Amino acid sequence: MYAQLVKTDAARLRTLDEMDPQERAFQERIDAGEKIEPKEWMPEGYRKTLVRQISQHAHSEIVGQLPEGNWITRAPTLERKAILLAKVQDEAGHGLYLYCAAETLGISRDEMYAQLHSGKAKYSSIFNYPTLSWADIGAIGWLVDGAAIMNQVPLQRCSYGPYARAMVRICKEESFHQRQGFHIMSVLAKGSDAQKAMAQDALDRWWWPSLMMFGPSDDASVHSAQSMAWNIKQDSNDALRQKFVDQTVPQARFLGLTVPDPDLAWNEEKGGFDFGQPDWDEFYAVIAGNGPCNRERLQARKDAWDEGAWFREGLSAHARKKADRRMAQAA
Amino acid sequence: MSSEWPLWEVFIRGQHGLNHRHVGSLHAPDAEMAIHHARDVYTRRNEGVSIWVVRSADIVASAPSKKGPLFDPANSKVYRHPTFFDIPDEVGHM
Repeated sequence: MYAQLVKTDAARLRTLDEMDPQERAFQERIDAGEKIEPKEWMPEGYRKTLVRQISQHAHSEIVGQLPEGNWITRAPTLERKAILLAKVQDEAGHGLYLYCAAETLGISRDEMYAQLHSGKAKYSSIFNYPTLSWADIGAIGWLVDGAAIMNQVPLQRCSYGPYARAMVRICKEESFHQRQGFHIMSVLAKGSDAQKAMAQDALDRWWWPSLMMFGPSDDASVHSAQSMAWNIKQDSNDALRQKFVDQTVPQARFLGLTVPDPDLAWNEEKGGFDFGQPDWDEFYAVIAGNGPCNRERLQARKDAWDEGAWFREGLSAHARKKADRRMAQAA
Repeated sequence: MSSEWPLWEVFIRGQHGLNHRHVGSLHAPDAEMAIHHARDVYTRRNEGVSIWVVRSADIVASAPSKKGPLFDPANSKVYRHPTFFDIPDEVGHM
C-alpha cells in the first residue's frame, strides 16, 4: 500500500485487563468507534505508529508525482496533458493534506522532509519503477490508484480524526485518477496493433509491482494486529490483494488484455481468483533502496527542495519586510 | 534556526451560502501566500466562493480535559429542545 511494513513497537497484543486505566479507557473509546483528536491523550505507540504511517503515506503521494510528471510534456494531446497535470497536482495536494495530519501528532514538516531526504522514512515501493511509455500513465492510474483506493476507502473510518478527514478528501479525488487511467488503457486497447501491444506491455510490467503494493502477507504479524486493534488498519494485506485481483481481472479482460500470471484461475468455491505470488525478494530489494529508480527519485526530490530554497527564502524575506513596514507605520 | 513557514488554518465558504467551514491547514510565509496556497490546495474543484485563513498560533481552543465541565451540563437540560413539550394532536402544527 502507500504505507507498507509500518512497525508499531508492539511485542504482542495486550488485552484490556493488562492495560493501565488510561490506556484501557483509550482502547474502549476506539472499540466504541469514537474518533481520537489531536492533543487528547494517546499511548506513545499509537502516536509513533501513526506518524510513521501518515508520513509514509504523504511521502508516497509526493514521490508519486515523479513517474507521472515525466510524461506531462509528452502527453499525446492537449486534453490528456491538462488531465495529467490536474492529476499530478492532486497528488501534491494529497501529500499536503497528509503532512498536515501528521503534524497534529507533534512532528514538524521539516523533520518529515529530512527523514524522506535522508532515506530514513520510506515511501511506497511502486514509485521506484520507470514510466517507459505513455501506456504506463494509463496503467498507473488504473492499477496503482486502483490499489490505493482499496486501502484508502476503509481508512476514511480510521480512529484518528485528522487522518480520517484527510482520507475523505483524498478518496473523492482518487476516483478521477483511476478512471482517467482506465480510459487511457481502453483507448490504446481499441487502437492499432502497436497501441494494443503498448497497453499489454504496460500491464505486464505494472501488474506484479501493483500486487506488491499491499505488502507481504501479514496474517501472523503483531504489527498488523496492533494496528487493527487501534483501527488504523482495517483489512489484512492478503484480503486487500484478493479484493484488488477480483476487481481488476475482469476489467483487464474487458480491455482484451492478458494478466501476466499463469496461475490465475477462477475458484468457484471461494468466489474469487486464485493467483500467483509476486517476487518478494524483488519487493524487499526495492524497499531497501535498490529498485530500478530509487536513487533517481530521491535525488529528484532533494534537488527540487534544494533548488527551491532561494524562492522559499525570498518569500520569507518579503513577508518579514511587509511585517516590519506595518510595525513602522503603526509606531 | 528553523525557517519553517508558520501554520495557517483554512476556512472555506461553500457555494450555498453556508458558514465558512474549517477544511484543513497549510504552511505559508504570510497571509497573502496563505490565501494563494489555500486556493490551490483546497478549492481545485469549485469547493468554495470565499476563503478565510488564520494563523494557527492565534487560535484559542478549549482543553480536551475540560470536555466534561464544559459540555456535560447541557445534557440535563432536555427542555431546551422543542421535542420536550407534548403538543396535543388537535392543536396541529406548532
